[in-house]
Amino acid sequence: MISSLKLKNKDNHKQLPSNRKKRTLFIILISIIFLVIVILGGVLIDEGRIVTNLNDRNAPPSLDHLFGTDWLGRDMFTRTLMGLSLSIGVGLIGAIGSASIALFLGMAAATMGKMADRLISWLIDLFLSVPHLVTLILIAFTLGGGFKGIVIGLALTHWPSLARVIRAEVMQVRSAEYVQVSQKMGKSQWWIALHHILPHIAPQLLIGFMLLFPHVILHEAAVTFLGLGLSPHEPAIGIILSESMKYLSSGMWWLAFFPGLCLLIIVRTFDQIGENIRLLIDPNRAQD
Amino acid sequence: MRKYIGGKLGLFLLLKGLRMATLLFAICLISFLLIKNSPIDPIQAYIGADMLKVGPEQREKIAEYWGVDQPVMVQFLNWGSALLTGDLGTSMIFRRPVIDIIGERFLNSLALMISAWVLSGMIGFAMGVVAAMKKGTWIDRIIKWYCFTLASTPTFWMGLLILIVFAVWLKWFPFGMGVPAGVLAENVTMVDRINHLILPAITLSIVGVANVALHTRQKLIDVLASDYVLFARARGEQGFVLFWRHGLRNVALPAITLQFAAFSELFGGAVLTEQVFSYPGLGQATVEAGLRGDVPLLLGLVIFSTIFVFVGNLLADLSYRLLDPRMREGRRYDFKPQIKK
Repeated sequence: MISSLKLKNKDNHKQLPSNRKKRTLFIILISIIFLVIVILGGVLIDEGRIVTNLNDRNAPPSLDHLFGTDWLGRDMFTRTLMGLSLSIGVGLIGAIGSASIALFLGMAAATMGKMADRLISWLIDLFLSVPHLVTLILIAFTLGGGFKGIVIGLALTHWPSLARVIRAEVMQVRSAEYVQVSQKMGKSQWWIALHHILPHIAPQLLIGFMLLFPHVILHEAAVTFLGLGLSPHEPAIGIILSESMKYLSSGMWWLAFFPGLCLLIIVRTFDQIGENIRLLIDPNRAQD
Repeated sequence: MRKYIGGKLGLFLLLKGLRMATLLFAICLISFLLIKNSPIDPIQAYIGADMLKVGPEQREKIAEYWGVDQPVMVQFLNWGSALLTGDLGTSMIFRRPVIDIIGERFLNSLALMISAWVLSGMIGFAMGVVAAMKKGTWIDRIIKWYCFTLASTPTFWMGLLILIVFAVWLKWFPFGMGVPAGVLAENVTMVDRINHLILPAITLSIVGVANVALHTRQKLIDVLASDYVLFARARGEQGFVLFWRHGLRNVALPAITLQFAAFSELFGGAVLTEQVFSYPGLGQATVEAGLRGDVPLLLGLVIFSTIFVFVGNLLADLSYRLLDPRMREGRRYDFKPQIKK
């Protein structure tokens, strides 16, 4: 009995990475490789595949056209792939913008005294009190839509929750003993912020950034879908889906199904990476 | 004791009201300034296709009539004072007072949002409870996987899928719109309206389930790990009875609070769902206003959605103040509604 159990363990050891840490790293690696393939695919793919080809219109999915073709005979697989890399790009810029705002305001709230703290808390409340999508529509409207409008809108709407987390973290580090000692030893505020606080909140920032990503991508697709985001000439997922609405009643389900599914998979992958990084570096969650 | 509570509640409401007033004022100011700086010329948007028929003199007259030629702050004060008397201006695309449109559309949206809210709350709660009671089994894993996947699902895509399956393939329900096409307004029956409501409501509730389910699951797992549940188990209670006696009241409250606090996401979801199903609600009006440059309507909707979210948060605060006996006794109870990142 016991020997058979041991044997089983050995088998597992060979097939899968053994402990939780290795497994988590493994998942992260696979997800990242997958994303890189998608991005490279979107950038490098032959543009010729999306030229209008009226002979091949409205074809359902086949081996030749994995996701079928649309009413102009464009290959949906190519369009989807290009749309995905575009979405990831927009999401990246938006998420970086949001994370920087969150980092700056979170640090400022925690270190610059009571008034700054109150002001920033109020600002966070302000942004949380209007539905995200309405704020996005408002900003996109103000900037006249397009790439600039959507990126600025995304950066301006996603920071509040992360700023709160960072503020709480900085507060906690600031009252730690080693920071107090540093202060007593005459180190400047900047030195402390750079050498004590920043390294401490870096993991939180990374996790927050990764978890921000899916939301940013989804909101980008949503606003583009509503017609206030990227221009209709771009091959964005939101554009593809809103165009497909006209053809749904004639039963062309593949126009909407595959691009949306791909978006879902990409978003889920980012979420996966974020959650797994959190499992790796957050000691409180490590036992989950 | 009772009076003391009433006083505390009054103070709480007063502070909340003050906070709301400052936030609302700031939102009015910011959105006004934002829209003033937008590249869309309100006169151009108003004239639209009649561009060739309207000369420069007429344009000036329109500008003067609307007061667009005055300084920005004067315009804001004019608009603000009109706002305080309840006048939100006239919508350009509907050519009717904004307040009427919002009122009418809100009734439509309210029907959608309430049904989705109740449905998603109940289903999510049940899923969370089942997952926590069966923690670690395959059913728990399925529910968890399902919820995480849902959180990454684009709402509008879910709407499209449901539209394809139920309206195009199965033909069970009509294809979008709030009322049947080609029927006079007075001939529309209640059944028609409900028929058009079902698909959007289902979409909205399917997507809204994830948050409540995961939160309830976590809370119930915490409760099940507590000493009193250990004791109850030692006495032989198990399964549904155990949950009914010890779990339900402890996890129902956070779920209700969370559900109220999610009004903001509900509104966002409603915007997308209404757009997919061409359902004539507030969300669709917001998109229309944004696309066609209807400034008064857009401003009115921003303010209205803010009030809507605020009411949700207020109800969340009040619900656990009023329903939780521990809060009534004035003891400290540090629970805050979890805010989704």
